[in-house]
Amino acid sequence: MPEFLQFLLSGITVGAVYALVALGFTIIYNASGVVNFAQGEFVMLGGMITVFTYAAGLPLPLAALIAILATAAIGVALNTLAIAPARGAPVVSLIIITIGASILIRGATQLVFDKQLHRFPAFSGDTPIAIGGATILPQSLWVISGAFAIFLLLWLFFTRTLIGRAVLATANNRVAAQLVGINTNFVMTLSFAMSAAIGALAGVLVTPITLTSYNIGLAFALKGFAAAMIGGMGNPKGALVGGLLLGILEAMTAGYISSQYKDATAFIVILVVLFAMPQGLFGSKSTDRV
Amino acid sequence: MIMRPSNKVVTLVILAAIILIAPIFFPSSYYFRVGSLIFVNGLAVTGLVILLGYAGQISLGHAGFVGIGAYACALAPVHLGLHPALAAILGAFLSAVIAFLVGRPILRLKGYYLAVASLGFGILVSMVLSNEAQLTGGPDGMPVPELGLRAGLKTIGIDLSNTEFWYALSGLVLVVGAWLALNLYDSSTGRALRALHGSEVAARTVGIDVAHYKLQAFIISAVYASVSGSLLALQNKFVTPDIAGFLHSIEMVTMAVLGGAGSVFGAILGGAILTTLPQVLTVFQEYEQLMLGLIMMLVMIFMREGLLPAIARRLRGRGE
Repeated sequence: MPEFLQFLLSGITVGAVYALVALGFTIIYNASGVVNFAQGEFVMLGGMITVFTYAAGLPLPLAALIAILATAAIGVALNTLAIAPARGAPVVSLIIITIGASILIRGATQLVFDKQLHRFPAFSGDTPIAIGGATILPQSLWVISGAFAIFLLLWLFFTRTLIGRAVLATANNRVAAQLVGINTNFVMTLSFAMSAAIGALAGVLVTPITLTSYNIGLAFALKGFAAAMIGGMGNPKGALVGGLLLGILEAMTAGYISSQYKDATAFIVILVVLFAMPQGLFGSKSTDRV
Repeated sequence: MIMRPSNKVVTLVILAAIILIAPIFFPSSYYFRVGSLIFVNGLAVTGLVILLGYAGQISLGHAGFVGIGAYACALAPVHLGLHPALAAILGAFLSAVIAFLVGRPILRLKGYYLAVASLGFGILVSMVLSNEAQLTGGPDGMPVPELGLRAGLKTIGIDLSNTEFWYALSGLVLVVGAWLALNLYDSSTGRALRALHGSEVAARTVGIDVAHYKLQAFIISAVYASVSGSLLALQNKFVTPDIAGFLHSIEMVTMAVLGGAGSVFGAILGGAILTTLPQVLTVFQEYEQLMLGLIMMLVMIFMREGLLPAIARRLRGRGE
């Protein structure tokens, strides 16, 4: 039983990161209908930039803040330079553009920084905390509470603020939103900035546990997408639940079946979800316009 | 669209002529090597043209099939005692079967979902190739036996150097592959694929079995990828799981869209450019990911149909 609890705790930790990536997917998907395959690179950038600014002698909180802001700026640049000019392009083109962006960011990171694995110290030390026979790292608590805090903040933002409602209005109907005076271009910029910042935050939180390197982004993108799909694409609550579920499933696969093939879990989950319940856990039924 | 029937013969003649005439200008055997790499990549990309250009379905995991073709040539001769040529055919058959099994469920998906499902498939194949080390040698790769065809040719009086032989063989396979792909374009299957590319709903209303034709395109393109993997493994005499990796899948898509995924010749042109660049610019190696990403984005933003159609339009515009 302590074994099970141990797997559960590590699953929830990784799942919280997937949930953050999935939330990032959700924000951009809702605002623009684009699935941004470069989402995982934001996680990588958050970790890598923090590593190098911290190594340059800045205090960790400042280094993390710089990383999050820089990543948000890259997210805005991605929208301005690549997504906005391709408005109205077929889905296949948008997929190739965002995959291209992902490879580009990877290649640039590898050149600017390096190809090594990196980490920086955990926020509150590395002494494990014992819970019912299992242990959890203090950093895991940071990751989990970070994911829940972001989820709450987003929920408040979308339901209680004017700008948040403007984003929802744009997601619902772009033209109608423009007609009532919403600056939809600003909404797009804001969505990319928020999404990138959340990805970067996930990277900052998880790097002390899982380490980071220029090529970790793709796995996060694939798993974040799977998480968003489990919950139903475009649904923030679904992203949170989907992320946690996927993390737990993966940890159980690694623990009881094969740690080598734990990364296959996401792919199998994607297939099962698509066929068993294409709308996800929380998605509503949709119809395609012909 | 881009390839009209009259263009079919023209394309094949130009392609064959380039393959035959180019060696006259080759100063060293190294050029034969680059040439055969271009043909092998061109073959894989031609397969993608059928899937992406004709049918409009994306696959971000086609390197998985390249890997299956390559490892079939490495494993089957050792474990099953097959001749490497038969191993390549077995690989193609296996790829077709796997494409059938994987394609049936995932081709029901559209757009983003298909992209992710195919991406996941590719990653799964390279994961198996890396993890099953006792069979595949793991990340370090494994040797591939000699094809033996060159020695056979020698006995009947055709004496080619190793690079010349692979240049000729890959060139021949590419021309056959291009010929089949061009024929497919004009066939009823090709028309059905183009119709469903335009609008799945419209295609369905005129009685096209959309799922059936998509699956067909997926299987055909998987076989192309597999044969290209076999050729690559046999001429390198060595294979590593990188051949099935994500980056290779992306390279293939980039080659296809760069030249123009809508036409066989365009895709081969894209393959030729991206294969030659790293050879000409040695720094390209270091910047490979950066360049691939940049090319993908620029092409999709500024000339969505790719290089060849853009050039063709420019020329036609000037002629009028």
